[in-house]
Amino acid sequence: MSSRMRIFSVFFVMAALLVIVGMYQSWNVAFSILNLCVISSIMALGVNVQWGYAGLVNFGVMGFVAVGGLAGVIVSMPPVEAAWAAGGVQLMGGFAVMGLVILAATIFWKKTAHLKNTPRKRYLGMALIIILGYALYRFIADPAIDAIEAVEPAMTGYLGGLGLPILFSWIVGAIAAGLIAMLIGRIALGLRSDYLAIATLGISEIIIYVIKNEDWMARGVKNVNGLPRPVPYELDLQKEAWVNSLADSMNYSVINTSSLIVKISYLMLFVAVLIGLFILAEKALRSPWGRMMRAIRDNEVAAEAMGKDVKSRHLQIFIIGSAVLGLAGAMLTTLDGQFTPASYQPLRYTFLIWVMVIVGGSGNNYGSIIGGFIIWFFWIEAEPLGLWLIEFLTSGMSADSALKAHLLESAAHTRLMTMGLIMMLVLRFAPKGLIPEAKR
Amino acid sequence: MTDVLNAIVLITNFVLVPGFTYGSQLALGALGITMIYSVLRFSNFAHGEMMSFGAMITILITWWMQSHGISFGVLPTALLALPFGILATIILVLTADKVVFKYYRSIKAPPVTLLIVSMGLMFFLGGLIRFIIGPNDQRFFDGERFIIKARSFKQMTGLNEGLAIKTTQGITVVLAVAMVAFVFWFLTYTRTGKSMRAYSNNEDLALLSGINPERVVLVTWVITAVLITLAGTLYGLDKSYKPFTYLSLLLPIFASAIVGGIGSPIGAILGGFVIAFSELFVTFAYKRVLGYLLPEQMEPDGLMQLLSTDYKIALSFVILVLVLIIRPTGIAGGKTL
Repeated sequence: MSSRMRIFSVFFVMAALLVIVGMYQSWNVAFSILNLCVISSIMALGVNVQWGYAGLVNFGVMGFVAVGGLAGVIVSMPPVEAAWAAGGVQLMGGFAVMGLVILAATIFWKKTAHLKNTPRKRYLGMALIIILGYALYRFIADPAIDAIEAVEPAMTGYLGGLGLPILFSWIVGAIAAGLIAMLIGRIALGLRSDYLAIATLGISEIIIYVIKNEDWMARGVKNVNGLPRPVPYELDLQKEAWVNSLADSMNYSVINTSSLIVKISYLMLFVAVLIGLFILAEKALRSPWGRMMRAIRDNEVAAEAMGKDVKSRHLQIFIIGSAVLGLAGAMLTTLDGQFTPASYQPLRYTFLIWVMVIVGGSGNNYGSIIGGFIIWFFWIEAEPLGLWLIEFLTSGMSADSALKAHLLESAAHTRLMTMGLIMMLVLRFAPKGLIPEAKR
Repeated sequence: MTDVLNAIVLITNFVLVPGFTYGSQLALGALGITMIYSVLRFSNFAHGEMMSFGAMITILITWWMQSHGISFGVLPTALLALPFGILATIILVLTADKVVFKYYRSIKAPPVTLLIVSMGLMFFLGGLIRFIIGPNDQRFFDGERFIIKARSFKQMTGLNEGLAIKTTQGITVVLAVAMVAFVFWFLTYTRTGKSMRAYSNNEDLALLSGINPERVVLVTWVITAVLITLAGTLYGLDKSYKPFTYLSLLLPIFASAIVGGIGSPIGAILGGFVIAFSELFVTFAYKRVLGYLLPEQMEPDGLMQLLSTDYKIALSFVILVLVLIIRPTGIAGGKTL
């Protein structure tokens, strides 16, 4: 089968699956799955840029997605004036002190380069600067943070955001994730692949811990709800005459119609981003730059010998991929309308995205998009399918059998097993994935 | 004088005893990671779930024993069930090796591929475990709860501060020491252990000297399975068993192995204790200790905590990242990079 036929048939099967869900479950379910499919495939695209193009193992997906989500809160929520008055300025002063300390430490490190042979003094000085700086920062920031978090803790207790339209956060999230990736990349990209995997996994956990515990930023585990939307609200739609007439003509309830319209509007926004990113990614892959990336991935030493700057190319692609992840994270928060730090689990936001890339076919943009669609679809639908399968298998057992009850209760966990099984099977029997990387 | 003693007891109770326990659990886990890494040459992401599997089987057998009235006196019944858990885990890891990992070894796949494969296995085992025992907290501890109770310690010594040592803490340390001693004895003195070290040091040379690689791999998995089950069960016995915690335990274990120097058994143990103690020392509130040691007028107001307890687990990741950046070969100088 030619690769074009293969791409076409896989996408066709996916569309058919979604239509089946629409017909038999409901169109609302089908569209909410589809929306998350699109976001998942953008995340998969981000990982594919890093792993498929350049062979970088980024297990910190969750962290970048969360940074994007945080951007959603900081861009869109209205500022909390009382909190700013209580300690905002002082906290910013604390950050300024921290910045100065880092600057001082850097200058000290550079100025004492001549002490290389007696490093003890150098380390001692560094430690002194850092410890004193940290103490000073805590001295300034701690009371400010307490004051901010004391401002109506049940409602706000944080600094709030900038009160801008939430769509801006998509750009801000991408930039923020990119900046953090630059920082991480500078220190971690020199590591070999499996160390890089573990280091990025660790760093993403640190990011989540900070977001969870620094309540002044986005209320931590108390969550931020009711983010402004880029699309109309269902209740407003239900009052519109055209929605009512549309509902009548489709023989559908007004409530369902309005939520369907909301989902479709989100979908249009997401698909526009996906298409834009996809075109860029394809162009990049076919350009001399993409060729260079593949050369580096396939043989680092040879590429370096040919005069390619492997280190900065790696950093570049790490930043680009992470920015895509940040964008996807901001989109996800926009869709949810809330920011819940506790929901960021590596299983869901790092490993599942990796399953998508591997199953779809790494190094191929079509592959990661379809991987995102299929894996997300089965992640959601494995539960009803598993339940159905177990009901079928246990239909011979008596109704009050304890084993049957236990099996039915556990049906939800079949999805983890399914994912693991799919992944291991693909890796073993079709290691290039559903849509293999094109030979160029 | 009593003030100093009180301060020492306080630190022992809240830092040293929990630190030794948690450190032993981490060390057992990290030793397994290091064994797999040095012989099979990949980072096993399914390690946490394998620990969880071993603990789960032990729990199921413990429940069966408890329901039949079998008990181990003052000690927890789980210790009687442990051999069965170990046996089941050995079967599991050998099956996993045969069905999953062996193929990649035969095609000489790069370590990253094996890492991603082990991620697939992690998903599968995670699902299997939740399918069998459910996602909830399970308690399976029985027997005497404490070796020393805080109150009886106070009465015994007449000090202000109490010292409590739980049975599980004692068992953890004793079993961990025994197991680690056994592994070192095995690696240093037995023929198989020596061949394992030779194989991990230089694969080609080992093959030339007639060492059977499949046998080395088999023995490695068996020892790792014992370590895994012990670590998983002891952690579950000491805290409580919940499938989810074993996934989050994976990173501290990796951290221990890497901090100590991956590939080095001594490093794994050192790393476990470094991680455990730094978590506890940095998040411990020194207020009361300073209260005993300093003159009254200098007693601090704040908690005197370096980092809030919320960051306890994040700290192990920070140490991990710092070590990876500054000295990727770890304390004991593992072999890679």
